[in-house]
Amino acid sequence: MPMELNGFPCDGEGCAEEQEESTARRLPLSKKTETICCLIATPSADSEAAGGGASKEQRKAKSTPAIMRLDSLKKNRPPFPWFGMDIGGTLVKLIYFEPKDITAEEELEEVESLKIIRRYLTLHTAYGKTGIRDVHLELSDLTLWGRKGSLHFIRFPTHELPAFLQMGRDKHFSSLHTTLCATGGGAFKFEDDFRKVANLQLVKLDELDCLINGVLYMASVVSNGPSECYYFVNPTDPERCEQKAYNLESCPFPLLLVNIGSGVSILAVYSKDNYKRVTGTSLGGGTFLGLCCLLTGCSTFEEALAMASVGESTRVDKLVKDIYGGGYERFGLPGWAVASSFGNVMSKEKRDSISKEDLARATLVTITNNIGSITRMCALNENIERVVFVGNFLRVNTLSMKLLAYALDYWSKGQLKALFLRHEGYFGAVGALLELSNPS
Amino acid sequence: MALCGGADRVSHSMDKSITLPPDEIFRNLENAKRFAIDIGGSLTKLAYYSTVQHKVAKVRSFDHSANETDGDHLYEISVQEEITARLHFIKFENAYIETCLDFIKDHLVNTDTKVIKATGGGAYKFKDLIEKKLKLKVDKEDEITCLIKGCNFVLKNIPHEAFVYARHADSEFRFQNTHPDIFPYLLVNIGSGVSIVKVESEDRFERIGGSSIGGGTFWGLGALLTKTKRFDELLNLASKGHHTNVDMLVKDIYGGAYGSLGLTGDLIASSFGKSATTNKEFSKEDMAKSLLHMISNDIGQLACLYAKLHNLSRVYFGGFFIRGHPVTMHTITYSINFFTKGEVQALFLRHEGYLGAIGAFLKGAEEDNPNQYSWGENYAGSSGLMSVSPEMNPVQRARSGTFDMLEMDRLERQLVNLPLLQDPSSYIPDTVDLSEDALAREYWLYCFEEALDGVVKRAMASQRDHPGAVERAEKFRQKYCHKLQTLRHQPFAYGSLTVRSLLDTREHCLNEFNFPDPYSKIKQRENDMALKYYQKVVRSVEEMNWEQRQFALVKGLLAGNVFDWGAKAVSDVLESDPEFGFDQAKQQLQERPWLVDAYNQWIERLKGPPHKCALLFVDNSGIDIILGVFPFVRELLIRGTEVILASNSGPALNDVTNSELLILTERIAEMDPVIHDALKEDRLALVQNGSSSPCLDLSRLDKVLATVVRERGTDLVIIEGMGRAIHTNYYAMLSCESLKLAVIKNSWLADRLGGKIFSVVFKYEAPNKAQEHY
Repeated sequence: MPMELNGFPCDGEGCAEEQEESTARRLPLSKKTETICCLIATPSADSEAAGGGASKEQRKAKSTPAIMRLDSLKKNRPPFPWFGMDIGGTLVKLIYFEPKDITAEEELEEVESLKIIRRYLTLHTAYGKTGIRDVHLELSDLTLWGRKGSLHFIRFPTHELPAFLQMGRDKHFSSLHTTLCATGGGAFKFEDDFRKVANLQLVKLDELDCLINGVLYMASVVSNGPSECYYFVNPTDPERCEQKAYNLESCPFPLLLVNIGSGVSILAVYSKDNYKRVTGTSLGGGTFLGLCCLLTGCSTFEEALAMASVGESTRVDKLVKDIYGGGYERFGLPGWAVASSFGNVMSKEKRDSISKEDLARATLVTITNNIGSITRMCALNENIERVVFVGNFLRVNTLSMKLLAYALDYWSKGQLKALFLRHEGYFGAVGALLELSNPS
Repeated sequence: MALCGGADRVSHSMDKSITLPPDEIFRNLENAKRFAIDIGGSLTKLAYYSTVQHKVAKVRSFDHSANETDGDHLYEISVQEEITARLHFIKFENAYIETCLDFIKDHLVNTDTKVIKATGGGAYKFKDLIEKKLKLKVDKEDEITCLIKGCNFVLKNIPHEAFVYARHADSEFRFQNTHPDIFPYLLVNIGSGVSIVKVESEDRFERIGGSSIGGGTFWGLGALLTKTKRFDELLNLASKGHHTNVDMLVKDIYGGAYGSLGLTGDLIASSFGKSATTNKEFSKEDMAKSLLHMISNDIGQLACLYAKLHNLSRVYFGGFFIRGHPVTMHTITYSINFFTKGEVQALFLRHEGYLGAIGAFLKGAEEDNPNQYSWGENYAGSSGLMSVSPEMNPVQRARSGTFDMLEMDRLERQLVNLPLLQDPSSYIPDTVDLSEDALAREYWLYCFEEALDGVVKRAMASQRDHPGAVERAEKFRQKYCHKLQTLRHQPFAYGSLTVRSLLDTREHCLNEFNFPDPYSKIKQRENDMALKYYQKVVRSVEEMNWEQRQFALVKGLLAGNVFDWGAKAVSDVLESDPEFGFDQAKQQLQERPWLVDAYNQWIERLKGPPHKCALLFVDNSGIDIILGVFPFVRELLIRGTEVILASNSGPALNDVTNSELLILTERIAEMDPVIHDALKEDRLALVQNGSSSPCLDLSRLDKVLATVVRERGTDLVIIEGMGRAIHTNYYAMLSCESLKLAVIKNSWLADRLGGKIFSVVFKYEAPNKAQEHY
């Protein structure tokens, strides 16, 4: 389905003449998302814009003929290929924009290596043993910086990075003289390897800046597909619990952004460039997988999740009712609440009935509830009611999402709302890609 | 999310072959009543109230009007039986529970007891057993309520209950002052899960949160990961491991620090993150360490979030995860420091393990109003911190198995702060903390060991015709000797180690073996003797001009203070030369300028208007009180200053007790119209200080004394003697004028202070003047 208007921030009204030059490196957003657009461009980028220097206020002011803008777009838009990369502790997330509007003329001019990369990435859905393209997340008919195309979402384990670099070297990626925007800790850790092995110079970007830019951009992309942001209605009622679209872009702030990767970062976001990292916890996706590997002998996240989905955590965890026979009414604790995670392991009678699947499930529930608990405290301390959960821990992990939705709703007595985004773990990489338009 | 829960895994392996050393553990069972029991995951805590019958020395005045001959004593001494209330708390492993219940049943005489209060996760599991064995009805009490009640009780009644833990500091345990107001605080109880309770007053508290990741998680996951089933072994493994092999650190992701966020490279980014990405074997030690960090950090973080939300700065940690484990105290402390950047300190409690039992007991004893009284930790009957920790104290463990005890005496008097303390919350009685000062600790422990023979001899001499005195004295020697050994290895056993605590422990041990007042006869003899010289001394100072007289009075006060059986240098002299008198003592005194010499300021002050009321904490019997203090007091009275003489409620060394002082004063009043009139007109008040210590804790004084002090508008406090003015209170800041005077009768201490033996400290301070200096 076509994605109307994407990528034309100034289509129709809303753009200042004096802004033309800088438009090219501005972020492509629909006119509906003007506020977001302003929020996404960094102030420093404005002043450094080629011939530009438009301030945020100016940007909202007037309109300009589209044709002029396209010229400048062409002049200033970054050369292909367009990549964004987020090298995390466990996974590398790679975003690739595949132009679909390549003219015959362009096709002729296109260097061979670029063609190879484009075909390699778009014709396959798996790369090597561990690289995967999340086809269901693909955004087609997206317009970015005046070009129409598809946004592809690819991931592979961080420990496969050497193989990736080797491939980059074999496919002569460096001959493209492209800018490779990367974020995540790996952008810093592996910077030397990129240069030495693949002859690539990384543009290193702060991961939290990228994360927020990515989230705000993706929330603003209008598509006919499923809404980027959603929540669960009736989270406390398993029978009636279902996903519902949520319109985050109309009024995104303030929000608590909880990024659950290997570890967890919790950010309070008050505007596009006013945010703080409230806290974090080392009990994250890495802990879930790490513990599952040690406890069950599994080796992948998918395996761990599959086991968890059929396991029963109440055989492992000691519940309030296991201690009190029911709820602990004096302090308002329901009988089903977990009193002690893994608390039944030390009980002789219960230990023998515990399966690996139960252990996987208990690990998942423990980590998820803990994140929910810390998140709730942060939301209270920061006085923010909306919480957006992102990060690859939530990938294909409906179990955790429902648990988070439930926990936040139950313990806050309906005060807090848990929101989720479809492109769970890719926002850092999206944010990195968006920085391509920022020549610095 | 979660709740606290005491651990409820209970090991059922009963060992009936265990024989208990009964007289040492379940003491005073014959009078026991009001039982309470707290059964946790591995430990049982039993509490009961009992009465202790022990000997006290009483003095009774003779009638002197009839026949006054030189050979007669002023008063007679009798040893009487007195009954006092005591709380007993015993902690033992659940394995002994059946043996213990049998033992209690066999020794329980009191049949009025019908119920036993019970709390803790194991309470319901053992309900039938307890009811069957003891024939008592088990009455369950809410766990958190008991915990809080117990916590309030120890915070209020036990000085140095709370401490900060610092593993690599000179002294690992930094004990906190007893804060006059203990509320509000946060209690984080780490049992199998975690409960976070906000306590606002005695009756108002709320469980504001918790976590399911607690001690049970460490135990359960730890057992799964390492195949090690014992909690202590898991901690032991953890203390040997390296978490960096298992955890993904910030530097593993970034190659270094995450500078822009100020996250250092060594910070854990993802617990167990490395086991998710590498297919290697991890050592048990490393996994246990990683798990310990994960859980401690998580609890610390939640505690900080709750403390912040509720704006609380005092956070106490308890529960079996913490109990007696330096490893977990360290990791929790580290976590709290990290998350609050040092704004909140993690506090721990010496008697943390007993809170539930104490609380359950208090619930059952409400009709006795235990909260109306002040209670004191009995050092003789209490095991002290970490007594059963095998790594800390292998000696003691072998002696008394794994039984740990706490005994608290009900004090006859209710204790409060001296209203004249400048800042009660920062007042520290003791001048030197021996737990931090290794040299001083060495010296004083040696000193008390050296003096032990003399004390034993004195104790036997005081009860020459009493049956079993020799045997009891020998038991006393063993007990105190053992306490000194314990304190050598665990200076933190009863809070900060101080000269005061060493002296108090000795008094407690003497009482324990029914030597209530070993110096009673010496005091009697010296009082009798000194009284004969009273009029002569008074006459001689009366003949002097004002300036001379003031100096003579101060010198007399100081010379009198030389007569101190607590100081070895003096007791040796007194022992060998019974004729050693007041004049010889005066000659021993250092000439002016004294070591600390504020005499000129004092004289200048005396030239001004008289004080309204002086509070004088007196020291020794005999020459000190009669020839030193009374002439000085007499002068104050003549100046128009009212005087409150505060003396010990119970005996300690040769210190004059309140009951002795009453008789002495009466006798002096007969000879001296000044004293007579002052007594009659109530310008001279004799009030007990609530203590039986040779030292002085101004934060635990008799409530009546505090009231009298306040009512009379006291504007001068005089503290005399080494124990009260040097070992304690030397740095005490008062809101009124104060005079601290003592003769240093210990060459080591004199040396420390930069003087010689018999150096004089004469410290006069006025608060306004002190402020001008700042």
